[in-house]
Amino acid sequence: MVIRVEALDLGYEGRLVLTGLNFQVDRGEFLGILGPNGSGKSTLLHALSGLLPPKKGRIIVKSEPLGGLPSRLRAQILAVVPQSTDVRFPFSCLEIVLMGRYPHRRRLGTLTDADLVWALKSMRRTTTAHLKERPIIEVSGGEGQRVVIARALAQDPEILLLDEATSSLDVRKKLEIFELLKFMSETRGLTVLCAMHDLNLAALYCRRLMFIKHGRVVVDGPTDQVFTPAILREVYETPMEVVRHPGHQRPYAVMLPLSPGTREDEAAMEALEAAQS
Amino acid sequence: MKESSLPADNLNRTVDLAEARSRHNLGARRFAVACLVLGLGLVASVVLATGIGRMDVGWGAIAAVVLSKLGFHTGALDRTTEVVIWGIRLSRVVLSGLVGASLATAGVIFQGLLLNPLADPFTLGVSTGAAFGVALLVMLGVGGSFLGLSPLPLGALAGALGAMAAVMLLSRESGRIRKETLILAGIVVSTFLAALISLIKSLDEESLSAIVFWIMGSFSGRGWIHVGFLLPYLAAGLALGAVYHRELDILALGEEQSHHLGVAVAAVRLKLLLGASLLTAGAVSVSGVIGFVGLVVPHLVRVLAGPSHGRLLALSAAAGALILIWADVLARTLLASGQELPVGVVSALLGGPFFFYLLKSRRSRGMW
Repeated sequence: MVIRVEALDLGYEGRLVLTGLNFQVDRGEFLGILGPNGSGKSTLLHALSGLLPPKKGRIIVKSEPLGGLPSRLRAQILAVVPQSTDVRFPFSCLEIVLMGRYPHRRRLGTLTDADLVWALKSMRRTTTAHLKERPIIEVSGGEGQRVVIARALAQDPEILLLDEATSSLDVRKKLEIFELLKFMSETRGLTVLCAMHDLNLAALYCRRLMFIKHGRVVVDGPTDQVFTPAILREVYETPMEVVRHPGHQRPYAVMLPLSPGTREDEAAMEALEAAQS
Repeated sequence: MKESSLPADNLNRTVDLAEARSRHNLGARRFAVACLVLGLGLVASVVLATGIGRMDVGWGAIAAVVLSKLGFHTGALDRTTEVVIWGIRLSRVVLSGLVGASLATAGVIFQGLLLNPLADPFTLGVSTGAAFGVALLVMLGVGGSFLGLSPLPLGALAGALGAMAAVMLLSRESGRIRKETLILAGIVVSTFLAALISLIKSLDEESLSAIVFWIMGSFSGRGWIHVGFLLPYLAAGLALGAVYHRELDILALGEEQSHHLGVAVAAVRLKLLLGASLLTAGAVSVSGVIGFVGLVVPHLVRVLAGPSHGRLLALSAAAGALILIWADVLARTLLASGQELPVGVVSALLGGPFFFYLLKSRRSRGMW
């Protein structure tokens, strides 16, 4: 067990966003955190990354309370890929990735071969090696995001938190990143937690899914058991079917058009317009 | 999750590593060359600037005085020449160089820390805060020195930190420091404190020129004792910058990412703000408020040296010294009447247009 969350309440000033969270994550798990906009996915990741102190309850990382871990030690265990990253200084992409080595480097030590190897390896894994010398401010949004993922891998973490980290990538790059995450979790024991919107990408790669809605965990379990039409409909309030791909047997969600009733306001608005003119 | 760190069998990777390493070394070599060039330029500038002035002194005399002070026996020296060279000119040139270094490095730290291209000790009001601290001590009659340290820089430090805190509070909006309002708040605080300094000075019935000294900055009548006042502050500020330069790089990515990468953001930021305030306080306590050096120099150096703060700090210190040495030479030779201009006037005349350029350029709005 690498993460244990106990009776956790999260929120900002005067506003609770998530309440009563209790869960554990084991080493090497690949957990997708799903839920509608504003359900609290990002808030949960903020808390797990140590940015947002809990209102109540505890987050235990490797048997230490998260808040009690010194910053550098925390960053050796836990890496984060945020939703978007806005870098305004023209650091080269390699320099950005090398920043991932910060928690491992001695304060006044020089750059070691091991640090360079880690950075280069991470860039190869995210297919960004060709960007080494390019300034980060000149690469495309998708490339920049992959550089940031490389930086997180260069931290050599045990836990990787991703917040909608692949939303800006094209289909191919998205799959490449998720293949990489799957490989890292299966062969290196990396624990991956990613908040995401893409249901089918989640179903394809996450072995466990946690659905959040209205500040609570609706359901949390193995993908095969919880990726069902009933649960998806309840969480997203959207008609959906789940089909299975004949070849690989992974569940696949198909959205259906909303029922006609959901746009009944339109008639009222037209009446209003008519009355006005 | 640990992996073997050097897969020796993978030729591609070792080639990669060698290439990255050689590029890294190339960068280090270029940095060393830049340091050497600036260093030689500094030595040459100190000698040249010492030779310039109303009284003509030969290069030979300068060399002789310096050598005799270093303990070499050089034969009899003319007493007046010695005083002019050692006591008046050289001390002033060295002081202006050290103040330039202090202000430029303070500018690097402020700009990196606050992610604001327009930030420097002057625009943030920190310089004027320091000047206010000194003025207050002077009015209260606190002076002299104990243990070789003058209380004036301490007053300057208190003033600098106070002004810094006031600016932060003024520009804070729902827990975040707004980039746009930061400089505005700096100007408000600076204007207010400048008025208070004028008030103090008129209450104290001192001459107008003294007010101008603190508000516009000058090296007139400064000597080795002031070099002594400044040095500990410069050393402490530079040391903080040197120890935390990697954190400055990471902080440039913003608060959240710095946290994720393991930087103890609040603590490091406090130390760096203290470092920049030390540098500013030391500079202001010996020379008054000299604007624009801390603003312009980091930008010029960044164009040549890139964004990495370790190199930026070292090269900016040298470039700041170089620029202020020559600004002071202009200040004391520009007027045909032989009167001196406050060096702050010269730096503002040179730096003002640059500030305007920064405001207008795409660089400051788009990129950073």
